[in-house]
Amino acid sequence: MKKYCTILLACLLATPVLAAEPVKIGMVTTLSTKAGYLGEDIRDGFQLAIDQEAGKLGGVAVDLMVEDDGRKPEKGKQIAERFIKKDKVQILTGIVFSNVAMAVVPKVVRQDVVYLSTNAAPSKLAGKGCNSNYFSVSYQNDNLDEVVGKYVSEVGHKSVYLLAPNYPAGKDHLAGFKRFYNGNIAGEVYTKLGQSDYAAEIATLRAAKPEAVFFFLPGGMGINFLKQYSQAGLSKDIPVYGPAFSFDERILKAVGPAALGVKNGSQWAHDLDNPANKQFVQAYQKAYGRMPTLYASQGYDTARLIGSALKAVSGDLTNLEAFKAAVKNADFESVRGNFSFGTNQHPVQDLYIREVISKDGGFTNKTVQKVFSNHVDAYASECKM
Amino acid sequence: MLLFFEQCLNGLQLGIMLFLMSAGLTLVFGIMRVINLAHGSFYMIGAYVGATVASSTGSFLLGIVAALPAAACTGMLVEWIVLRRLYNRDHLDQVLATFGLIMFFNELTRIIWGRQPLFMDVPPWLNHGVDLLPGLTYPAYRLAVIFVGLSVALFLWLLFSKTRLGMQIRAGAVNREIVAALGVNITLLNTLVFGLGTLLAGLAGVMAGPILAVESGMGESILILTFVVIVIGGIGSIRGALAGAILVGMVDTLGRAFLPTLFHIFFHSTNADAVAASLSSMGIYILMAVILVWKPRGLFPAHS
Repeated sequence: MKKYCTILLACLLATPVLAAEPVKIGMVTTLSTKAGYLGEDIRDGFQLAIDQEAGKLGGVAVDLMVEDDGRKPEKGKQIAERFIKKDKVQILTGIVFSNVAMAVVPKVVRQDVVYLSTNAAPSKLAGKGCNSNYFSVSYQNDNLDEVVGKYVSEVGHKSVYLLAPNYPAGKDHLAGFKRFYNGNIAGEVYTKLGQSDYAAEIATLRAAKPEAVFFFLPGGMGINFLKQYSQAGLSKDIPVYGPAFSFDERILKAVGPAALGVKNGSQWAHDLDNPANKQFVQAYQKAYGRMPTLYASQGYDTARLIGSALKAVSGDLTNLEAFKAAVKNADFESVRGNFSFGTNQHPVQDLYIREVISKDGGFTNKTVQKVFSNHVDAYASECKM
Repeated sequence: MLLFFEQCLNGLQLGIMLFLMSAGLTLVFGIMRVINLAHGSFYMIGAYVGATVASSTGSFLLGIVAALPAAACTGMLVEWIVLRRLYNRDHLDQVLATFGLIMFFNELTRIIWGRQPLFMDVPPWLNHGVDLLPGLTYPAYRLAVIFVGLSVALFLWLLFSKTRLGMQIRAGAVNREIVAALGVNITLLNTLVFGLGTLLAGLAGVMAGPILAVESGMGESILILTFVVIVIGGIGSIRGALAGAILVGMVDTLGRAFLPTLFHIFFHSTNADAVAASLSSMGIYILMAVILVWKPRGLFPAHS
């Protein structure tokens, strides 16, 4: 503590004007409801980066303010307004769900506020709706489906059965898969949002005799589907694929052995071989006593990216353009290895196929292979910036 | 044809689950005249307690044995503390109070078990397929659910038509004051009925555990279907609950299974999938509307 005080004192003496006030960062995220663990992991990953620098990011003292949006777009909007008007926050981040992001982001980026997405990245904000104040650090929503589509084609599955909930994100994710998949579609089924019993769909699926199944069923829906699919005895004959959302360490614990061997698409895995990642996985486990998830890695990366930009402008946000330019440089060690921003300020990154394995009595993913190198999302060309 | 038969079994199995839920709800509604929105919470409690006990002892049967009294005792406790004050109040007050109970129990499970869904596996002795017909293999666990549900239906029928307790409960439904005047402890009877209802909900919950994600709020998704069932079947009637549950299970499952195929025959557009999906999720509500037009008090009204 004493050492930090000395450093703090040194900083104070070196830049007497700036160091007085910590830079405020507003995090609007989902901490309540069933999906609350997503926000929890984003927050914990973010906080870890701050703790590792003893309350600073990039050598600049920061004040992280976290509020729960309860997965409600209206509430997210109110919190963001309050952060901006009352707390004079200029850096916002943290939203988990695309519908909340669509309510908050287009509004806040019209002001002198930079928003960095830790998860949700709907296509509307990547293409025509792109904005110089908006960055996505995680991905563009379709990326994790595109990588599976490409992989499934490469493996040589000639027909695939598709399953998603009947709402806009469900259709987007299936479209992402189809963009890079060049075989036949054996069937395309949209189920009720929040459906719990999939017996009827599984029986129809079996009768359609596809070579593989691709599903996007986030949260409890995915748990239900995977368990019932395995109980129907299909997992041996027809392999299942999906984006990483149904295969994070917390969900896998509830699915149990039914998910073993399932391949899924992701931009991160705990075993990616780079020093930043090794250090992160170890530190996260030590700090919170559990394996980091994809979401935690996104929170951590966002914090370190903000740190790199704050360092470049010495914590001075009065010239927001300079800060934005520094963010866009992405001069930080990402836990994903390669990381840079494309023209629409979404990541240009490598995408992987992972496989669910059991490890130390629990379940996690191991990297199988890299499918895309420096992948650019499909909407970048529509963005005029 | 085999596929149709398999889908019928799926529908029957969903119907049986709904029956276990709606039998309790319809009793409480029909006899105590209380709208209990929190019925799904007892389903959730059954699943959580069952999953916890099953994973710590390794025995699914012990899980069931623990879940049933847990759900029933919580139910009777809630009846004693909360619902007893609501019998003579307006339905709106009851809805408000029991809606509050839903939130209370959802948060309580989050506090006790955390946000992470629990894991519960099918017991190994039921984790295989049964060859019903050549070419038709059906999961043994789902067959067991059907069997248990039908046994419960038989048990309830015997209880209500052959025992003294059942007679008192039926009499209490028709006129509670007279029954009380004849010397029956109607307060105790109410608590017992409520306990029985929540016990059945707990049974449904623990049996759903291996199939579904055991998570906070899992009761709400089945609760809506349960209300549809008791409205279709006739409020307060166990027979109606059984008929309604199987009808709803069948319509829901067969709709989801065959509407998309049907729509592809008539429409060659890509919208067929989405239209079929929307229509199949509306199916049970259309069914409810049709039945209410035909029989406004449900298929088997209790006090006709």
